[in-house]
Amino acid sequence: MSNYVLDLISRSITGGRVLPENDKLTVTENLENKRSVKIPALESGPTSPRESISLSGVFRSYKNSRGSFTPALQNIDLEIEQGEFVCIVGPSGCGKSTLLHLIAGLDRPTTGEVAVDGNPVKGPGTDRILLFQELGLFPWLTVRQNVEFGLKMAGVSRDERRDRARVFLRMVHLSHFEDHFVHQLSGGMKQRVALARSLTLKPKILLMDEPFAALDAQTRDMLHDELERIWKETSPTIVFVTHNVREAVRLGDRVLLMSFRPGRIKSQFQVTLDRPRHVEDSEVAQLSKEILGQLREEIDRSFNAEYSSEKKR
Amino acid sequence: MKKSVNQLIFAAGVMVLWEGLALAKIWPPYLFPTPQGVAESLWDGFKDHSLFIGIGVSLRRVVIGYAISVVVGILLGMLLASNQFLEDTLGRVILSLQSLPSACWVPIALLWFGLSETAIIFVTITGSLLAVTQATKAGFDNVPRILSMAGRNLGAKGPQLFWHVMLPASLPYLIDGLRQGWAFAWRSLITGEMIYISLGLGQLLMTGRDLNDINLVVAVMFLIAVLGYIVDGLVFRRLDTSLRQRWGMANAASR
Repeated sequence: MSNYVLDLISRSITGGRVLPENDKLTVTENLENKRSVKIPALESGPTSPRESISLSGVFRSYKNSRGSFTPALQNIDLEIEQGEFVCIVGPSGCGKSTLLHLIAGLDRPTTGEVAVDGNPVKGPGTDRILLFQELGLFPWLTVRQNVEFGLKMAGVSRDERRDRARVFLRMVHLSHFEDHFVHQLSGGMKQRVALARSLTLKPKILLMDEPFAALDAQTRDMLHDELERIWKETSPTIVFVTHNVREAVRLGDRVLLMSFRPGRIKSQFQVTLDRPRHVEDSEVAQLSKEILGQLREEIDRSFNAEYSSEKKR
Repeated sequence: MKKSVNQLIFAAGVMVLWEGLALAKIWPPYLFPTPQGVAESLWDGFKDHSLFIGIGVSLRRVVIGYAISVVVGILLGMLLASNQFLEDTLGRVILSLQSLPSACWVPIALLWFGLSETAIIFVTITGSLLAVTQATKAGFDNVPRILSMAGRNLGAKGPQLFWHVMLPASLPYLIDGLRQGWAFAWRSLITGEMIYISLGLGQLLMTGRDLNDINLVVAVMFLIAVLGYIVDGLVFRRLDTSLRQRWGMANAASR
């Protein structure tokens, strides 16, 4: 079935409407509709819609230097569908990264449950790959060896590793740099190496932690296009954390807004604008403005919290 | 290029100063060596093969002792880095033992192993083992968390995580430790070789003392320093430079 038809159907459902939390009925209604639209796209998948990721009643707190506990995430209930592109925005310190670490299995919730495909997450797994904000590329390996790393750990033979790595290096336009070392690349190129490294394992879930935050606007635009293309080609579920609202609207099927510490999901917005979108599009700008309005409140709260704690000292 | 010219000028200056001091006869000739005397000692030593034998025997010992130190030291360092209990207990012991000079180990070596090859190698190990252990532990402690998380995230666990992430990630520290361990192994070896008639360079030093031959003593000291420097340059400096180039660390070119 052609994507064009699917786009037409999904576009007719909502026009990028804002769906705050107190409007929950509408949200679920829309989700239902969207699911029924999405099924044909999952060609190899099961016939009923499936949650890819589900968090229920998740709390996470950290011990601070004074021995008391600071809550980072509070009562997170979240369901993400297979193949969905979800963006999370929020002020810094709202637990966005913690959320990704929980799904990746690199961190555990204090209480509550994180499940992937119905199975509780017990540790890291190569079905869920996290793209770190700091990338975490290995400086002692060449670009290609970095991309091959996951395959090597999985015991894939040398030749097959090389072939598969090359496919993804071509995808991110880095074929000519496969024998370079990481430090010889620009920021945007490193970012693409990290992306290729995550993709070689063909994860069902791709978790991205402000991956494009440090890049210039042109590179970011290009990577948005590439990411969207890759998403269409390999259809993973993507959870994308950013503080850039326009980026979230540009990329996501759904945008979640998180509140300042402790992090809770304050509201969600379904984005049904036509793809491909562009950050400069007026519809993108319009929806971003609404989300930004709510985000501002949270940013103000975070500033006030920092300010008052400084005054106390 | 400029560097080697500077080094040449410096060496020439030292020789002139040395010769001048020797000619001035401030100290009696049996206490102050002359450049010709040292050169002659070296020449004679190589001619009658005693220096060749000394170098061969000493190198063999230092290589054996150092190899054991590296293997055991890396394993120990890993253990300390991975286990808080061991770090709090054994780690402290190792730290305090490190302040013992290798001469302190000579009596124990003699009691345990007698006048033997093993005793000398034991003393060599006491010098380098702890340095390698400490460096390995520091290396593992300083692996950026992001690298081990990235490794785990990409499916590495257990021994794989160790071999493919932790070990290479700690190499910058480890190489420094291996290098230091090598220098310490050399030092301790010479101490150990002074114990008895053992054919090594350390024993040649003692021969020089017994014969009141200051030129031989200085010639052997010179040889020991040069050997240490050559191995450092051939092995460790190369390793260090290639690592720095790979990782893109500062000073890659100038080192």
